[in-house]
Amino acid sequence: MEHRGLGLPALLMLLAALAPRSFAAPGPTLWPMPLSVKTSPRLLSLSRENFSIYYDPSSTAGPSCSLLQEAFRRYHEYIFDFSKSELGPARRNNAVELKQLLVSVGLESECDLYPSITSDESYTLAVEGPVAFLKANRVWGVLRGLETFSQLIYQDSYGTFTVNESNIIDSPRFPHRGILIDTARHFLPIKSILKTLDAMAFNKFNVLHWHIVDDQSFPYQSVAFPELSNKGSYSLSHVYTPNDVRTVIEYARLRGIRVIPEFDSPGHTQSWGKGQKNLLTPCYDGPKQSGTFGPINPILNSTYCFLSQFFKEVSTVFPDHFIHLGGDEVEFTCWESNPEVTDFMKRKGFGKDFKRLESLYIQKLLGIVSTINKGAIVWQEVFDDHVKLQPGTVVQVWKNEKYGEEQTQVTAAGFPVILSAPWYLDWISYGQDWRKYYTVDPLDFDGSQEQKKLVIGGEACLWGEYVDATNLTPRLWPRASAIGERLWSHKGIRDIEDAYNRLTVHRCRMVRRGIAAEPLFTGYCYY
Amino acid sequence: MAGSGLWFSLLLAAGLAGRVAALWPWPQYIQTSESHYAIFPHNFQFQYHVSSTAQPGCSVLDEAFQRYRDLLFTSRPWQPPEPTRKQHAPEKNSLVILVVTPGCNQLPSLESVENYTLTINDDHCFLLSETVWGALRGLETFSQLVWRSPEGTFFINKTEIEDFPRFSHRGLLLDTSRHYLPLTSILDTLDVMAYNKFNVFHWHLVDDSSFPYDSFTFPELTRKGSYNPATHIYTAQDVREVIEYARLRGIRVLVEFDTPGHTLSWGPGVPGLLTPCYSGSHPSGTFGPVNPILNSTYEFMSTFFLEVSSVFPDFYLHLGGDEVDFTCWKSNPDIQAFMKKQGFGNDFKELESFYIQTLLNIVSAYGKGYVVWQEVFDNKVKVRPDTIIQVWREEAPVHYMKEMELITGAGFRVLLSAPWYLNHITYGPDWREIYMVEPLEFKGSPQQKALVIGGEACMWGEYVDSTNLAPRLWPRAGAVAERLWSNKLVTSLDFAFKRLTQFRCELLRRGVQAQPLSVGYCEQEFEQT
Repeated sequence: MEHRGLGLPALLMLLAALAPRSFAAPGPTLWPMPLSVKTSPRLLSLSRENFSIYYDPSSTAGPSCSLLQEAFRRYHEYIFDFSKSELGPARRNNAVELKQLLVSVGLESECDLYPSITSDESYTLAVEGPVAFLKANRVWGVLRGLETFSQLIYQDSYGTFTVNESNIIDSPRFPHRGILIDTARHFLPIKSILKTLDAMAFNKFNVLHWHIVDDQSFPYQSVAFPELSNKGSYSLSHVYTPNDVRTVIEYARLRGIRVIPEFDSPGHTQSWGKGQKNLLTPCYDGPKQSGTFGPINPILNSTYCFLSQFFKEVSTVFPDHFIHLGGDEVEFTCWESNPEVTDFMKRKGFGKDFKRLESLYIQKLLGIVSTINKGAIVWQEVFDDHVKLQPGTVVQVWKNEKYGEEQTQVTAAGFPVILSAPWYLDWISYGQDWRKYYTVDPLDFDGSQEQKKLVIGGEACLWGEYVDATNLTPRLWPRASAIGERLWSHKGIRDIEDAYNRLTVHRCRMVRRGIAAEPLFTGYCYY
Repeated sequence: MAGSGLWFSLLLAAGLAGRVAALWPWPQYIQTSESHYAIFPHNFQFQYHVSSTAQPGCSVLDEAFQRYRDLLFTSRPWQPPEPTRKQHAPEKNSLVILVVTPGCNQLPSLESVENYTLTINDDHCFLLSETVWGALRGLETFSQLVWRSPEGTFFINKTEIEDFPRFSHRGLLLDTSRHYLPLTSILDTLDVMAYNKFNVFHWHLVDDSSFPYDSFTFPELTRKGSYNPATHIYTAQDVREVIEYARLRGIRVLVEFDTPGHTLSWGPGVPGLLTPCYSGSHPSGTFGPVNPILNSTYEFMSTFFLEVSSVFPDFYLHLGGDEVDFTCWKSNPDIQAFMKKQGFGNDFKELESFYIQTLLNIVSAYGKGYVVWQEVFDNKVKVRPDTIIQVWREEAPVHYMKEMELITGAGFRVLLSAPWYLNHITYGPDWREIYMVEPLEFKGSPQQKALVIGGEACMWGEYVDSTNLAPRLWPRAGAVAERLWSNKLVTSLDFAFKRLTQFRCELLRRGVQAQPLSVGYCEQEFEQT
């Protein structure tokens, strides 16, 4: 009832799936593909009892580095915490046993720091018996290398944990590899966010873009302005307390993931109005206030007082250098209706150009953020509407139409770019849409070498209109994995059928690790 | 229409009495008011009426009482009311159930009567039904009527409901071949089906991709045809468990063994069953549909369907018959010779008919009825007049409504699925289109319309397994459930949106991973474990 329109690749996969014994012979399956992989047919065996991960004597980080201690424990679990049921008796093979993975951090470890846009994530991995070596300049590279090491290990058909002798040199193609989650359209329980961070680490993502508030709700519990969430959240149990936020940030840090909060303004702020009087613009219906509100009121001093205080808090709560300030989809109708706003426009000589009013607001906000020594990320409208931006302001491209041209323009103006336009994962359709995400190349636009260098990475966006804790995980994974590889791996890694085979196994690995990643196509996982 | 004024007032009443808004699917007749009664869990019980034919020991109802007690009271915090607080509402301490016709140990069938009336007023808290199946539907409705105040007291409004299904076959198809579904996924789905008053689980058990049904007559089928013969199969015990679990919820299990196409996974376990395809003058090593020209094929089918007929107690079997690809048959010289001998010319539909007719004779000899996909009708296979045809193709060969007209015009009973392929997903609230389908919106006489016995929501498994099954099914399948249960006049999308939004929150409370319809929240969100 269902096979109409299957392409040849799908049919081939179906045939492969029909021969379960011969399909997907055990072997290492890496996702995302490292920069350089050399594997030899020589096999080493491992056992849960005898294998350990420890520090090389030369390492600058040692047992006092809790980030690595926890990672060692985690990856020992991931490697061994499953076994195939119904396997034959364990076979004594002649393979040399791999007893240890020795980890060495070469430079100052950064064990107690937060990851940043400049964090060094490179590593090398030399797997030979009886000891394997993982070398990195910083702990961040160790985290990435541990993930790769865990992906090298598989169970052979007798159930023996096995690894090929291998040499891997790896570093990411782009430094900013993000996932956007939206906790305003639907609240996501902390557990869901932490699960997402786990899965992000499996895919070498390193930025959680936390679109934390929006029109619909304000779940962020502010210390300075508690009424924002008291009045603006869906309910008092739908809030993120300071402790919740700390939990997320630390959990992310331990996985080498930055947390960038987005407090989108001046639009998308309906929920702010409930807890902060006079912040939003009152809309008018003819000569009278209509009782509804528009974007943040940009003509009042009180607005900027509030924003200073509020972002001062945000800058201390969220340690990352960057704050996402939003700035998208500002609706001018309400401003147009308000006589005080139009008077202000007249005084300023803005004429009827509300973009200039928007610019005024954003410029003041950018000023506030730079006085607290934070960097800013904004959605593309802020650039499109000719707001004067400080150098270094990052522009996130999200509009699907001609996004390549937008990249050309933004980089030509010298601003760094994050690409999201082709990666809106909330837009679902029937079938294997991951292929579409995978074939995108973020540098596929007209521009000089210098311009291309300004593309710092991309983000997969899972907006929350139709997503909450019930469907977040299967909607995100493994579709986001396609973007994970595009942002990490060398641009030459684009063979889609090879990607299909690896991603099929990688999704089973995620399932085994407790991530309910949905299937790519007909088939099954080995356990 | 005389009824429509009444309808309007009832809908209005529902708007006022906000508590009623959680009802899904909407009952046929409901009268409700703001006055309400308190319910205290420690004091409350389900009780058989003295003149009920069902009495303690009736497993279907005894177990349902336990289930609904748990659903109502256990998973939510509750404190006994403070004695100082004055209770304005009178108390109800029991729901009294009266079942008229005996039959606790039977299986539900296409003919089962599911009517019930529910009376909650000053004098009564009473559920009356013809059969235990009606009592199950009424208990579900009762559980949806109970609400809880912010202080934690349970209440039920004064209500009068007279309810019965519009269509008698309200099904949900799961595909356990493209992806294996663990038993727990199937059982969980049966629970949610009962919450939605679905009454048929169409189990598309095997297909090209895998053969998880563990046959005791032909154990090689799963040994060679399942994804993993140790873990990815349904044993006889599993099947019995599914059937009994479904029965206790008033749900029939309609099993499908699709032939002659969609059978690649049968091949490894039954050598000689599938048609060898030819490349020029040599067998290519690949196989096509079931080989229709061999006696051994029909001997196998006789034995296999004898087993199936006894394992699956429902009167109906689904025999598939869809999407038979003729390429392989065409390539095979033995088949060509057979065609010539039979005088079929080059019309492979004749060969298909030949196969299906022989199969239908086998199955009807076992005293079973059958359901087939629409191609069997489209290809003019001669079938018994009591065959049920399932319409699944949206546009070809004709629009599905035209197909409904043609099938009923030929006097066959029909099931509608074409607009309800839930595996097809799009961005946004697609439940609306699913909901707005009117199954009888085709040209035809009242007699023809009466031949539409219902429909099925289909969740094909190409992209679905236990990781995403529940959120993809619920609450979208709920839209189909209401269309098949409720009066045809219940078509307001706004009214449905309000109720379905609340119902999905109720599903979350019951532990079902039902996805959101739009922005918003539920008091109790889904918590990952």
